[in-house]
Amino acid sequence: MTFSPQLEEIFAKMLQQYPEGRTRSAVVPMLIYAQDEVGSVNRELIEEVARRCKVTPLQVDEVVGYYSMLHRKPMGKYHVQVCTNISCLLVGGEELYESAKKKLGIGHKQVTADGQFSLEEVECMGACSWAPAVEINYDFHHFVTPEKLNQLIDSLKRAQ
Amino acid sequence: MAKQLFNQPSPLETMVLSKRFALEGSETLDVYLKNDGFKAFLKAKEMTPEAIIDEVKASALRGRGGAGFPTGLKWSFVPRTSPKPRVIVVNADESEPGTCKDRLLIEYDPHQMIEGILIAGLAVDAHVGYVYIRGEYRYLIEKMDRAIAEAYSKGYLGNNVAGTGWKFDLYTHSGAGAYECGEETALLDSLEGKRGIPRMKPPFPAVAGAWGLPTLLNNVETFSAIPPIIRDGGAAFAALGTPKNGGTRLVCISGHVNKPGVYELPLGFPMMKAIDEVAGGIPGGRKLKAVVPGGSSCPILTASECDIPMDYDTLAKIGSMLGSGGMVVLDETTDMVRFALRIMRFYQHESCGWCIPCREGTTWLRKILQRFYEGHGRREDISLLGELSKNMLGRTFCALGDAAAMPTISIVEKFTEDFERYLARETVAV
Ligand SMILES: Cc1cc2nc3c(=O)[nH]c(=O)nc-3n(C[C@H](O)[C@H](O)[C@H](O)COP(=O)(O)O)c2cc1C
Ligand code: SF4
Ligand code: FES
Repeated sequence: MTFSPQLEEIFAKMLQQYPEGRTRSAVVPMLIYAQDEVGSVNRELIEEVARRCKVTPLQVDEVVGYYSMLHRKPMGKYHVQVCTNISCLLVGGEELYESAKKKLGIGHKQVTADGQFSLEEVECMGACSWAPAVEINYDFHHFVTPEKLNQLIDSLKRAQ
Repeated sequence: MAKQLFNQPSPLETMVLSKRFALEGSETLDVYLKNDGFKAFLKAKEMTPEAIIDEVKASALRGRGGAGFPTGLKWSFVPRTSPKPRVIVVNADESEPGTCKDRLLIEYDPHQMIEGILIAGLAVDAHVGYVYIRGEYRYLIEKMDRAIAEAYSKGYLGNNVAGTGWKFDLYTHSGAGAYECGEETALLDSLEGKRGIPRMKPPFPAVAGAWGLPTLLNNVETFSAIPPIIRDGGAAFAALGTPKNGGTRLVCISGHVNKPGVYELPLGFPMMKAIDEVAGGIPGGRKLKAVVPGGSSCPILTASECDIPMDYDTLAKIGSMLGSGGMVVLDETTDMVRFALRIMRFYQHESCGWCIPCREGTTWLRKILQRFYEGHGRREDISLLGELSKNMLGRTFCALGDAAAMPTISIVEKFTEDFERYLARETVAV
């Protein structure tokens, strides 16, 4: 498997930054960066990461289920993550999540039929003082209302 | 045009760590160097490791990650003369609900944190460091990588730090979504490429941490406080706070306030003043009901308990904690059953499942709270919630078990009426 030149550059650095013989340390960061490019953590990726980090595929496989950001199935092109934890809850986070479900017609960790959007109810993402917060892929959105989120989703749809 | 900050600063703040936040280009090394940057490192380079650690002890700085352990003391535990190389790890996992401050320290002033790490390197004779950043903060990892690259290119990292001939390498490491990886030993396992399961202590990380090497692990804010401490002296930093509670800290105010935001306040700052004046009070003139003083793991305070100075010792005296600095304000309309349920859903989701009291306890507590919230609660459930939580205290492998139990016990005990109202099938609005 090969990745984009940018990713190959990141991986080359990653494999060198840990102490001698400790390339296993690169497993989790490599998986998450590769997932962004490949779409999901599939069998082939697990084997590739194992080969590069000099560990067994099993050692890679066992971390996949542990980390919530790693997915075995592809998520949407736009992964909409709505926080409903306490600070967000107090200012409408759950209502925002309900409205996102309705708008996209999908539930927790589901993907729209066209593969464009997926939705996830997430735990605190470090935006508590600017709540309710939403992260779409890696972009943070603060003080989000249902109307603002609807507009955001519409503009992403139009951008395709 | 002025720089767009996450929130407007308050005139009541004491800006020490955040003093450069509003400067244009504050994330660049040039701006850092023009505004006191690296003065502390050059000073520390002329000091003995013992003198550096003494200065940190004199500052009365306590860890800002949650546990509040005295930083100077922690540094003194690292075996500086061990034949094994020492490692520095920065905890930037920031995932305690209510906490959003480390983000700002990295986004607005990454070089301050780098300088703090370098000074720690001098103190424990370490030459390599890793910044473990939660995976959701990818944009921050990129910002941190850029700051590190700039520091290397200008000679503030690498083989000849600031022209002193001293060597230090710094790298970032991405997490991938797991609250438990904020716990220091789980973080170390995660850094080694494994699941984040906590380790048995002792040995403590100071002795055998990352890859079995002596490891100094602190929170982002803890490292960021080091340059001002060395530059202006530990005593000056200590004097900003109260005895044994040195300095300032970034308080993240969220929930029912008019001006939520992250504000740098001295330790010992009055809690009510933080709510009413710094954060602009509660919207609509509504009354205060409760405060989560330092992240969701802390026992909750009722309105009548909030007339206190915010320092570690005062909070401990009234049975709570200053925790991670995440202060969540709840007004009188808040439904405490719903609030307790959301807290427990979080801990149940994040329990790594390693030990039974935590795995089973959080599952049961969540079920009972869910049943209550759905209107099927029974009177016995109220005492059952308290008993089940108390049974978890001190019986779990890591502090996550206590973190789930403590807020629950306090909510059930202090807001029993909210639960009773559910029995009468009358819900309180949120
Ligand atoms: C479940 C759990 C989660 C934690 N999450 C974090 C975190 O996200 N960031 C952090 O700095 N400390 C976190 N801590 C505290 C760390 O274990 C550790 O005490 C801290 O990082 C030490 O740094 P300090 O002394 O500078 O505070 C967590 C602890 C537990 C038990
Ligand atoms: S207390 Fe919970 S999170 Fe900690 S080790 Fe036990 S099961 Fe895991
Ligand atoms: S509680 Fe939603 S971002 Fe922290």
